[in-house]
Order: sequence, then structure tokens, then C-alpha cells
Amino acid sequence: MSDSREWTPQAIQAEIDALKHKPGALLPILHAIQDRLGFVPEGAVPIIAESLGQTRAEVHGVISFYHHFRTSPPGRHVVQVCRAEACQSVGARALEAHAKASLGVDFHQTTADRDITLEAVYCLGNCACGPSIRVDDEVRGRITPEAFDALVDELRTQPLEVIG
Amino acid sequence: MSVRVFVPCDTTALSLGADAVARRLEREAESRGLALTVVRNGSRGLAWLEPLVEVETPAGRVAFGPVTPGDVPALLDAGLLEGRDTHPLALGPTKAIPYLERQQRLTFARIGVTDPLSIADYLAHDGFRGLEAALTREPQDIVEEVKASGLRGRGGAAFPTGIKWQTVLDAPADQKYIVCNADEGDSGTFADRLAMECDPYMLIEGMAIAGLAVNATQGYIYLRSEYPLAKRILDAAIVRAEAAGYLGDDIRGSGRAFHLEVRLGAGAYICGEETSLLESLEGKRGLVRFKPPLPAIEGLFGRPTVVNNVLSLAAVPFILAEGAEAYAGHGMGRSRGTLALQLAGNVKRGGLVELSFGTTLRTLMEEFGGGTASGRPLRAVQVGGPLCAYLPESQWDMPLDYETFAEVGAGVGHGGVVMFDDSVDMAEQARFSMEFCKVESCGKCTPCRIGSTRGVEVIDRIRAGRDRDANLALLGELCETMEDGSLCAMGGMTPFPVQSALKHFPDDFQRAPEGDRS
Ligand SMILES: Cc1cc2nc3c(=O)[nH]c(=O)nc-3n(C[C@H](O)[C@H](O)[C@H](O)COP(=O)(O)O)c2cc1C
Ligand code: SF4
Ligand code: FES
Repeated sequence: MSDSREWTPQAIQAEIDALKHKPGALLPILHAIQDRLGFVPEGAVPIIAESLGQTRAEVHGVISFYHHFRTSPPGRHVVQVCRAEACQSVGARALEAHAKASLGVDFHQTTADRDITLEAVYCLGNCACGPSIRVDDEVRGRITPEAFDALVDELRTQPLEVIG
Repeated sequence: MSVRVFVPCDTTALSLGADAVARRLEREAESRGLALTVVRNGSRGLAWLEPLVEVETPAGRVAFGPVTPGDVPALLDAGLLEGRDTHPLALGPTKAIPYLERQQRLTFARIGVTDPLSIADYLAHDGFRGLEAALTREPQDIVEEVKASGLRGRGGAAFPTGIKWQTVLDAPADQKYIVCNADEGDSGTFADRLAMECDPYMLIEGMAIAGLAVNATQGYIYLRSEYPLAKRILDAAIVRAEAAGYLGDDIRGSGRAFHLEVRLGAGAYICGEETSLLESLEGKRGLVRFKPPLPAIEGLFGRPTVVNNVLSLAAVPFILAEGAEAYAGHGMGRSRGTLALQLAGNVKRGGLVELSFGTTLRTLMEEFGGGTASGRPLRAVQVGGPLCAYLPESQWDMPLDYETFAEVGAGVGHGGVVMFDDSVDMAEQARFSMEFCKVESCGKCTPCRIGSTRGVEVIDRIRAGRDRDANLALLGELCETMEDGSLCAMGGMTPFPVQSALKHFPDDFQRAPEGDRS
């Protein structure tokens, strides 16, 4: 995940132009922007609205409807903890409490060092091997509190990616 | 000759370290000068044995698992490459593993056997035979075959697939669509994911056949954003299928066209509901639509649209290749074919169990599942996802079929079976059902949006022992209002798990002393 959250209207426009010919292009566009920047900046809304011939309110409405889209920059890594039933049955509630306490943040918050953003997720399709979490694009299974801490240490000590 | 060693690459195997196992195998082989080729296959669906390593021997494939990277040297010492079964992780011939041997794998016959992206593998295992057959038949004829198979939608509502297709075939339009519902939001379910990650061409083939059957030339797979690996695999498979002529403007020289694209959802459970899904595909908020009109008449962009679950579409290649009879020969009553059950939660041997309809829950949980992972007594099971009832032991002997479950107010849904041991607090589970509805409601109707918020508060008061009787009565009324006044099953069925918890596990709502105001 990118550590530089710089964005330019040109970059946003490029993502839009690559996709706007598609029927129902708004979600693909929002995904493309978030994949590139880690979030959908406020300033992208008027550009998207203009390009798709929609109102800003419509675009806002869509962004806020979906849990996946963020409107502020996340930390270097996003860690999602599964809160759904199958994971609950093997200790997800305790893991959630542990994750919040050990990182010192609540869901949708980022640690002070900006290393980790913690989020909730409802099922990762790994329900036979819970508790499950997702770290960026990777799912990890059977996460005990100790395994969680080890993983976080690993993430924090990873060398910074060089952004081109 | 280099020995082929298989290391699965699905989400579950990866979540338990399969990549590291594959790397260790390659490294170790190099340093020992062994001729070994690592193949990344799909998963067999035996989640508790992942990473499940298989070795190809003259007598067939033999299995070892669950394997950690640290096990690799000892496994090689113990004759892994010859398939010797002296190591404690040796499981013998894969096919003879009882969990697998006792299943009826029709839809999931290929998972774990093949390299998911290899078209050659797919063809070598009966792939595209259904599509080739469909290309020689008239649309009505294909629809008849699907009707005769008795296939009912696997997404939850169990509507006959052939009848849905007939409606779309009969609807005149310049453009029709096939939409695959790959939102798989129910906790405890992962069969769609396994199908997509381990056998993507099967879904592609099923959708292309659906396109031929109803004269639709464009398909979309609406995939939940929680499945990034399935996205990568499907995207790659579509490119290869196009290159090989199984998708595109001229399928296998027939002059018939079918195009396919994967679209990602964005973390909204309600977008699994078919009309909300269509709104989302159109680029809007996922607000549930009023029905009628049915999506089959006015669906995506107002055009006739088949919306089917992954597993409904994935069953179609088998039906076209082997004939409706071969499929309908499985099952009981009006539930024909096989059901993909997913053993999840607190289970010793979790995984995918594809069986003909009619097995009991107890057989499934005990003989396949082996009881709980914790070793404690099993107490409650939620079958069919977050909108379905919690079942106590007295209901574990019912045969799994749509009608039997419906009779007791339970659901088979998408086949998820989530097991809980005796440490579960069912009042807490009931609270979660309401909380989930509150988080995931599309907001269109008041009973769902506000009712679930009130539901959480009321259950909190009950659990705190405040005015318990009055609040229990209030909870009952609230559930009734949600059931009667909601537009879709999100608000309409959230009361099911809540009421089942109240009915079958009343003690859990009486734990804090009455009048305790803490
Ligand atoms: C709240 C809600 C969530 C749903 N989620 C899914 C889902 O994730 N996947 C799915 O296939 N069907 C889901 N459904 C059922 C769909 O509305 C629809 O019945 C199904 O896609 C039809 O396909 P089928 O006939 O092949 O089952 C959901 C329904 C509701 C009410
Ligand atoms: S019941 Fe809930 S989710 Fe369904 S339409 Fe009404 S508000 Fe939306
Ligand atoms: S419930 Fe946690 S991964 Fe499915």
C-alpha cells in the first residue's frame, strides 16, 4: 500500500477516463481511485460528478453507502478483523478487543505512527479456519491474540516501500 | 522425471501459510538436488487439513497435511516424493480420505484436482463439454434441460432456475444480461469462493450456457470486495477463456457472442439481495427495489436479466454435459441434486461437504465435522446465514432439504453451517443479529432501519436485567413489526435468529439478576 497520499486532479481524471465508458462506471471508478490512493479524497467528488454527468450529492451518496470506501487516508497497512458469526464461535470477540487494546485504536482509526488502520469486516470466506483477519490483500486464519501481535510487529518492522 | 507436488493456492490454504510451504519445498529440493515441480492446485475443500500437500505417484495422488514449512525437511526424509506413508502427516491416497470419499462431488468434482487457470486441465476433466453441447441446441431446449434437472437457486431463495430462465427467454429485448451473484455475504459460507478460486472456468462455462439459453450476450460477475484473490483468478481466467474462444464475439466458431466482466462490490451485505445488487451494478447506492417488476423482466439497466448464485450457474455445465437425469437422480422430494454444505465455526474438521439433499445435520456435524474444535459440547448451530435460525439439539436430526427446514421456520440458505460450543451466550448472539441488521440495512424501510437499532438497545436492557419481562415483550413486538413491515429479508428475517435464540435458549436471557442496573 502506498505511503504517499499525494493526489492530483490529473491522476483522478486519468482513472475516470479509463473507465467512464463502462455502463455503471461509478463503482469501478471509486475502486480504481481507492486502489491507487488508499482512499477517495473529498476533492475527487466534483471531478467524478462532472465526468459522469451526475450531481455531487449523488456521488457522495454512493461513497457513503458502501463500507469499503474511505474518505481519509489509511495508515501504511489496513488490518480488518472479522466480526461475523463463524469467527465469533472461535474467539473473534476476544480478538477484536485485543486488537483494539494492543493497537490503542478503535475501528476506523489509525495508530499514531500511521502504521496501521484497524477496520471491521463481516466474513472473509475463511470461516472454517477462524478467527480470520485481512492484512491489506491477504487473509490470515486461526489468529490468536499472540499471532495478532506477532503479525503487527512484522508489519511495523517491514522496510518502507519505495514509492515510484 | 520430475515429481509433481501439489500445494493449494486458495484463500484458506494461503491463510494458513501455503506459499511458505511451496517456497520451502522448492528450496529444499534445490539443495538436495531433487527433481520436483511444485504445482499450485486449487483446494480440495478439506479446510482442516490445509495446507494439504499432494504428491503424484504411479498409484495416484497421495496426501499429507496439514503441512507447515518446518515439516518439509522431515517429510522429504520420510519419502514424500515416493508417496510413502510413514510420516505422521501422511494421509494416504487423497481420494480415499473418508471426508472426501463419502461426498457426492458433482459441482466440486474438479476442485483441488486441477490448476485453476489451466484450460488444458479443465478440458482433461470434462470441462466445456456442457458448453459444446449447448452450442448445438436451441435456447428453449437448453432451458428445458435445466428445468428437468430440478435445479433450484442456491443463493437462498431456492427458486427453480429453469423457470427463471424461461421468463428471461420469453421477454423480448434488444439486450439481456446474465448476472452472477457472487456477493457470498453469509458468515459460514465459502463454497462460492472455492468454486471461483479453484474452478473458475466452470462458472464461466455456466454463464456462457445461460447466455445461450436466454439470448443474453453480456454477463457480469458481481463479486464481493472481500475476495481479492477470487478477483485476480477470475480476471485471469476470463482473459484466457477469451483467447481460447470460449468467450467473445464468436464462441467456438458458432457465431454466438457472450462477454463477461467481473465487477467488485464494496462491502455491503445488502448488495447480495438481487435488486440491491442490480442498483449497485448500475453505479448507485444499493437500495432494494420494489418487486414487481421482477429482474427477469426489468433487471439490469431495465433489461431482462438472469440473476443467479455462483453455485446455481456452476451446476449447469454438469447438467448440460451429463443430462438432467444425472443431476435430478440425486436428492430428495423437491430438492434435487446436491447441496454444497460448508462446515464452519467451532468445528474440528471444517470444510466443504457436497452431498445429495437429505443428510441430517447431526451426520454432517459429527461424522464429517468430528464435533467442535474446542472439544466442548456442541450447543447451537446456525444454518443458512445470519438471517436464519439458531437450531438446538432437538432439531439436528431433520434431513437437510428445503421443505423440511422451511416447515420448522429454519432455512438451508446457502448451505453454511456454523457450529457453537457450550460457551456461547445466545443473548449475545441475538444482539449481534440485530446489530448486523443495523449496520447492513439499506435504510429504505423504517422497521428494518430503526427496528434493528431499537432491537440492540432492548436486548442490552434484557441482558443487563432491566425491566426484563417488559423488555422481552417489547422485543417480541419489535420482531413482529420487522417481519411484517420490511421490504426484504434483511429486516424481515433478522427476527428469525433472535426469536430462535429466545425460544430455544431462554436461560441465556436471564443471566444478570433482575434489577441489576450495571
Ligand atoms: C439480504 C439478502 C442477502 C442476500 N445475499 C445473497 C448472496 O450473497 N448471494 C446470493 O447468491 N444470493 C443472495 N441473496 C439472494 C438473492 O436475492 C437472490 O435470491 C439470488 O441471487 C438468486 O439466485 P439463485 O436463484 O441462483 O439463488 C440475498 C438475499 C437477501 C434478502
Ligand atoms: S428490509 Fe432493510 S435492507 Fe431490506 S429494503 Fe428494507 S431497509 Fe432495506
Ligand atoms: S465469519 Fe469470519 S471469515 Fe467467515
